[in-house]
Amino acid sequence: MSKNMNLITAPLRKANPVTVLILGICSALAVTAKLKPAIVMALSVTVVTALSNLVISLLRKGIPSKIRIIVQLIVVATLVILVDQFLKAFMYDVSKQLSVFVGLIITNCIVMGRLEAFAMSHKPWESFLDGIGNGLGYGSILVIVAFFRELLGSGTLFGFQVIPQGLYNLGYMNNGLMILPPMALIIIGIIIWLQKPEEGK
Amino acid sequence: MESLSIFIRSIFIDNMIFAYFLGMCSFLAVSKNVKTSLGLGIAVTFVLIITVPMNYLLDRYVLSEGALSWISPAFSEISLDFLSFILFIGIIAAIVQILEMVIEKYSPALYSSLGIFLPLIAVNCAILGASLFMQERHFTSIGQSISYGFGSGLGWLLAIAGMAAIREKIRYSNIPKSLQGTGIAFIITGLMGIAFMAFLGITI
Repeated sequence: MSKNMNLITAPLRKANPVTVLILGICSALAVTAKLKPAIVMALSVTVVTALSNLVISLLRKGIPSKIRIIVQLIVVATLVILVDQFLKAFMYDVSKQLSVFVGLIITNCIVMGRLEAFAMSHKPWESFLDGIGNGLGYGSILVIVAFFRELLGSGTLFGFQVIPQGLYNLGYMNNGLMILPPMALIIIGIIIWLQKPEEGK
Repeated sequence: MESLSIFIRSIFIDNMIFAYFLGMCSFLAVSKNVKTSLGLGIAVTFVLIITVPMNYLLDRYVLSEGALSWISPAFSEISLDFLSFILFIGIIAAIVQILEMVIEKYSPALYSSLGIFLPLIAVNCAILGASLFMQERHFTSIGQSISYGFGSGLGWLLAIAGMAAIREKIRYSNIPKSLQGTGIAFIITGLMGIAFMAFLGITI
């Protein structure tokens, strides 16, 4: 049991896919200007990683190793189409904001990386948990980045005003730079900086 | 004229790395020295010039709504949009595979410098991203999609070569210990992105 728990908790800190292994940054950062799309994106990636890990792990004995990349891509692409259609049907505004980045989950290195490194050689249930853990590890970074960008950039959280009007009257201003894409990279750089000393212990 | 403006915009303003963070994984992993990163950049540009127009044709004549009406008017209601992810990635994987074989056969010298990167490219987000942006922006002619593919590739090449040059320079700098390696790479990319935003005001 504790081994299975470890599959979920390790990717959150010690083996975090974004800050430690530097995977999956591609589709991650453009969606973090606001909290809501970031959370939707995190959940989508978790679902895709977990289910594709499960499917590939079930099929792993039947996949010839020469064409495994194509098989993996097709499984992932099918799952992403399902997620995309779901978002379009039930959360149209968020799906518009995420635009092409839902499609880019297909080439997210975390998904492919976990399939290659874990699902091809482990049992279905373990692979499923590993997928959930890695999806959440990725999601946690997205949410942290989005929290700071939305709070400092627009003064809101989930679209609600958090910073009181009184502060603005005293001369406080939103940091417009926070909404622009480059700040996401700098925030991740700082997270890595803070996390590194802890890892060495 | 329109194509030229798309070309310039996709290099500087809508830069794949600095504006959309596409292809970051290989960008951070390979940008350790200038020579290798130039090789990867050229390979990415090459693949983009071919895949974006191919996917444009696919989108125009097979996938988007009413696209099948050239076969028979009865199909004009059909939209196969939902298949685009799987077909685009299929086309990209196939083209990369074919390119690898063709280059290996006809130009062993090019293959030894470029070939090792080709398998990496099939799952590079910048390639699929360019095709998806092409679909979202509704380009009207194949010329526009070619210039978009070429421009995005050049923009990516510019970014990775610049990044590699900076990383070669800072190798012996005195950076705080826990910031060394990836931490500082992220921050440099962010600063380069801010510098590139100077182009934002330009209208062409």
